[in-house]
Amino acid sequence: MKAQGVVFRYFDNVDTDVIIPARYLNTTDAKELASYCMIDIDADFARNVKQGDIMVAGENFGCGSSREHAPLAIKTSGIECVIASSFARIFYRNAINIGLPILECPEAVDGIKAGDTVSVDFSSGTITNESTNKTWSAQSFPPFIQKMIASEGLIGYLKEEGSV
Amino acid sequence: MSMTMSQKILAKHAQLESVQSGQLIMTDLDLVLGNDITTPVAINEFAKLGTDKVFDRSKIALVPDHFTPNKDIKAAQQCKAMRLFAKDKKIEHYFEIGQMGIEHALLPEQGLVNAGDVIIGADSHTCTYGALGAFSTGVGSTDMAAGMATGKAWFKVPSAIKFNLTGKLNKFVSGKDVILHIIGMIGVDGALYKSMEFTGSGVKNLNIDDRFTICNMAIEAGAKNGIFEVDEIALEYLKEHHKGEPVIYQADSDAVYEKTYHVDLSTIKSTVAFPHLPDNTRTIDEVGNIKVDQVVIGSCTNGRISDLRAAAEILKGHTVHSDVRALVFPATQKIYLQAMREGLLEIFVEAGVAVSTPTCGPCLGGHMGVLADGEKAVATTNRNFVGRMGHPGSEVYLASPAVAAASAITGYITNPQEIKEN
Repeated sequence: MKAQGVVFRYFDNVDTDVIIPARYLNTTDAKELASYCMIDIDADFARNVKQGDIMVAGENFGCGSSREHAPLAIKTSGIECVIASSFARIFYRNAINIGLPILECPEAVDGIKAGDTVSVDFSSGTITNESTNKTWSAQSFPPFIQKMIASEGLIGYLKEEGSV
Repeated sequence: MSMTMSQKILAKHAQLESVQSGQLIMTDLDLVLGNDITTPVAINEFAKLGTDKVFDRSKIALVPDHFTPNKDIKAAQQCKAMRLFAKDKKIEHYFEIGQMGIEHALLPEQGLVNAGDVIIGADSHTCTYGALGAFSTGVGSTDMAAGMATGKAWFKVPSAIKFNLTGKLNKFVSGKDVILHIIGMIGVDGALYKSMEFTGSGVKNLNIDDRFTICNMAIEAGAKNGIFEVDEIALEYLKEHHKGEPVIYQADSDAVYEKTYHVDLSTIKSTVAFPHLPDNTRTIDEVGNIKVDQVVIGSCTNGRISDLRAAAEILKGHTVHSDVRALVFPATQKIYLQAMREGLLEIFVEAGVAVSTPTCGPCLGGHMGVLADGEKAVATTNRNFVGRMGHPGSEVYLASPAVAAASAITGYITNPQEIKEN
């Protein structure tokens, strides 16, 4: 599985309240949630993002609330992968549980700026900045989590394992 | 293999002799929690699992507390979906308006939390129950759905940071100041993925409400859970509220902690977190002149009876400043009733405070106190992110109930000591 797209670049401690403000949480409709994604810090994001684009941010991405609406809004907006220096723990497990690919790689984050074209090879964890021709290796997931990603999330995994 | 408190609880629930940090495990769950924002998403995911049965209808708690009483039509639809699900699955612990409270104050009060439990909740402040010696942690809606169906959740066993508490808090300083002080010290990702374990001779000087507040905000340091050693005070609370026998876990004497912090409670001052992160803290003497438009006293962090008593003690005989809207939210119906019987509500109303039925409302900018552009609030809530309480141009300052009450009187962020001295 591979992804290639244009980078939307954010800073440290991007919290779930700016990914999807609580005032829009009165719906579970993923498309509606996506239309408000990042609105409080980047009002143009939802209009400019295209299917396959990549989000890159600093430390502690997704801190704050447990709202799964946050990774869901990002995924539904068209973002194919989030690369960050580190992820807050609930966002981390929510992203894996719903099948939004995420990669931790502080070195890559330092070498990528807004508007760069970046490609990601999920099987090897290789991140390439096509605009500068630099490559990095992200930390690989443990096998249990790789299985869950291959099953497109926790629900698919549990069904395949016959746990339900 | 030596283990921390959190690791011992997880090992027991994974039917393992021992676990070590970094290990991936499947654990049994004693309780699965959801609210009116996260449960509707979980219901959709539950439907995809292809089962119509929950694992145990007595081990699921559904609390409509965020956008309730229903703030608009969409919120009403979400609550209706949750109510119908609860009825259809015969969920025992569904709390309707009039019985409900803010989930993390309500569940311990209703006896749904025991020492030694493993609890997940589709709400990040589920970490609150560590005050009673439970391993409890926030998850998302898909985890909640899987938990409701299977009674299990996957975890990466956390490493831990130890907080050795000594001494006694000064007058007008509370659990809120302790946790703001700690978050200011270690940062919003200072305990990322880790347990925060609280121990030491100072624990006995913290009442149970202080401990709930401290564990509640463990997530604001990025922690997986916060947990206190179970002592007489916790056992007394459990005896009063929970029918079962508590299961007490103590860390091994040689348990490995990534770091140990020593916190002398007697040195902690009233502390305020400035916008827009909970670790952006200043002690009350460093605050300067911050004029406020709104004061919010309540939430899963500080809506308990001790919090209301602290606020009432300051507000008694005073009037809310004419430029300030002051709002008090008792966290549960029981706390509301107790506050009424103790005369606290009368003190609030006479001072010009608006007293509300329990709701998370303004904490997350939902309703009942949303801020306009440029407005500032001092709040006893837990987050001060951009736009948290309303307009992205508004600001939230996090503080204790005593500081919030003092600020309501003067109209700027104020040391409660000043009010009592004058």
